[in-house]
Amino acid sequence: MLEESKNPFVASSNRQKIIDRVWSVIFAGFTYFVLACALFIFGKITYDGAPVLFQAEAPFINFDFLFTSPQTLVEFRDGAGELVRMDASDFRSFKEENPDAVIRDEHTFSYSGGGILGPLVGTALLVIVCMIVSLFIGVSAAVYLNEYAHHGKLVGAIRLAIMNLAGVPSIVYGLFGFAFFCLAPWFPVLTYEVNPETSVFAFKVPMSKGFLSFEGWGNSLIAGGLTLAVMALPVIIAACEESLKAVPKGFREASLALGATKWQMIRTAVLPYATPGMLTASVLGVTRVAGETAPIMFTAAVADKAKLPWQEAEGSPLFWFSDLLTQSVQALPYHIYTVSARIPDADAVRDMRYGSVFVFLLLVMGFAMISIVMRARFRSKLKW
Amino acid sequence: MNDDSVTLDSADAPVMGIDETIIKIDDLSFSYDLGKTNTLRNISLDIPAGKVTAFIGPSGCGKSTLLRCLNRMNDLVDTAKVTTGKISILDQDINAPDVEAIELRKHVGMVFQKYNPFPKSIYENVAYGLRVQGIKNKGVLDEAVEESLKKSALWSEVKDRLDSSALGLSGGQQQRLCIARTIAVKPQIVLMDEPCSALDPIATARIEELIAELRQEFTIVIVTHNMQQATRVSDRTAFFYLGELIEYADTAKIFGNPSKKQTEDYVSGRFG
Repeated sequence: MLEESKNPFVASSNRQKIIDRVWSVIFAGFTYFVLACALFIFGKITYDGAPVLFQAEAPFINFDFLFTSPQTLVEFRDGAGELVRMDASDFRSFKEENPDAVIRDEHTFSYSGGGILGPLVGTALLVIVCMIVSLFIGVSAAVYLNEYAHHGKLVGAIRLAIMNLAGVPSIVYGLFGFAFFCLAPWFPVLTYEVNPETSVFAFKVPMSKGFLSFEGWGNSLIAGGLTLAVMALPVIIAACEESLKAVPKGFREASLALGATKWQMIRTAVLPYATPGMLTASVLGVTRVAGETAPIMFTAAVADKAKLPWQEAEGSPLFWFSDLLTQSVQALPYHIYTVSARIPDADAVRDMRYGSVFVFLLLVMGFAMISIVMRARFRSKLKW
Repeated sequence: MNDDSVTLDSADAPVMGIDETIIKIDDLSFSYDLGKTNTLRNISLDIPAGKVTAFIGPSGCGKSTLLRCLNRMNDLVDTAKVTTGKISILDQDINAPDVEAIELRKHVGMVFQKYNPFPKSIYENVAYGLRVQGIKNKGVLDEAVEESLKKSALWSEVKDRLDSSALGLSGGQQQRLCIARTIAVKPQIVLMDEPCSALDPIATARIEELIAELRQEFTIVIVTHNMQQATRVSDRTAFFYLGELIEYADTAKIFGNPSKKQTEDYVSGRFG
């Protein structure tokens, strides 16, 4: 035997080698397929969307797209048969200035002209409301569960409920928010004109011309922000609990052994070291829900709004604030849904679609990036 | 066992000039699972004031558990429970309903096995206990910080960098900082749970010197794995095995002429 093959380590069977190879290729293939999908999506959006946001000449960014609100786009052929596209407002002044201009094959496309200022502002406001509410409730719940609650069946049930909340489809959150925050009359608004149809109870606010009316919030910024917050909560509570658990037990023991009360311990020896983690994780959680369409479809978003929310709100500061919170808003995901699904498909709509999606993608990726960098920073700074 | 401790206590009294029991443990049984199994069983011992008492025994014998009963740190465990007996400190049952654990811990300080300074400045670490008691006066705090650091033999090493992070100190310095932090609150009793187990021999020697200094002012109860350490630092030694107190006597007697076979086997290194 030894004489026949001098190399004792030569492969005993070619078949095994081939099977091994085939499996490794299959596994690698599927892995790279995922990568290819991601690259294709990002590539396509960047290829078609970047030209809308960026331009060749200074200042290189198309600020008109970012700083004007959506309006109707008009497409027509002029006398020479050239295809012309312009925003509806430009089209009106064009017609006034050139009453004799030849306009043929006129088509209009809603929301496809102008820019995306309204949706950007709306999404920003929704995110702010969502962030404030979900951070406050999420941190409180996490502190209670991790620091105060005794480990029993009840706490187990609460944890399970929170985890299940994370699995609820977003449309269900949307409908819940619609029923709970928009329709139900238990939430009050400060208003100068009570809505007789929805208000169940209203009384005059002293020293003002307005009323405190229990009429529900309707399709509004606050209802949408709260619906998003409810949806973000499971993620935020879990992330906050993780951050609290990462604080060494020694800090808690040392603090208590020095005569601190439980709240003093939490305030001085736990929260300061958990806050960075809680913040960054929460930013990630909120970024995720900020991209959702279903929860805000019924609760906050409108396709068309002439002015920005704060331009439309009115009254004395308190009433103005209430009015602002109960304004409906445009929102980026809903805007994308509108121009993609509710407008007839045409070349004219293309720029708005890809431009919006591109900006949205940049925003979400930017936020995710910021929170990841923040987390890495804090982690290297706080080592124990 | 009890007889033993009583006679030895009175024998010691003239030498030390103090014959006062500061901690009296009477028939204590303690459970981590609401009384299903007792981690500590029927322990009785009196710890004299102004001395160093060492708890020794193999891992899992309950010595740390007993230590943590003395400042009620076991309250942190939901299912922990004293099943029988009682602990009196300064003649007060510390598990009585009107005893606030927070107030107890101001009198009974604790130094932990793994040095655990807060990631704050050296100054803030020492001032922590006073700050949670509501002391804000800068002069009072400055004075207390300096005094505590001096007593912990750390002042000369850190006096120029009180505002830098405590985590920049060496392990031994961090543990001495933890001792400074504990004595800043001016407790009568300082519990030490294997304070040197994470330190190198040189840092250990410095902590032991420090313990010898501190015994002038505080009653010290120290849990240690290291029998040489017990002989070096302590006046009295209690040997525990499987949740029971086997023998409690003068340190010299425990290591020189123990009256129980188990103690002898342990201190001579035959098990544990």
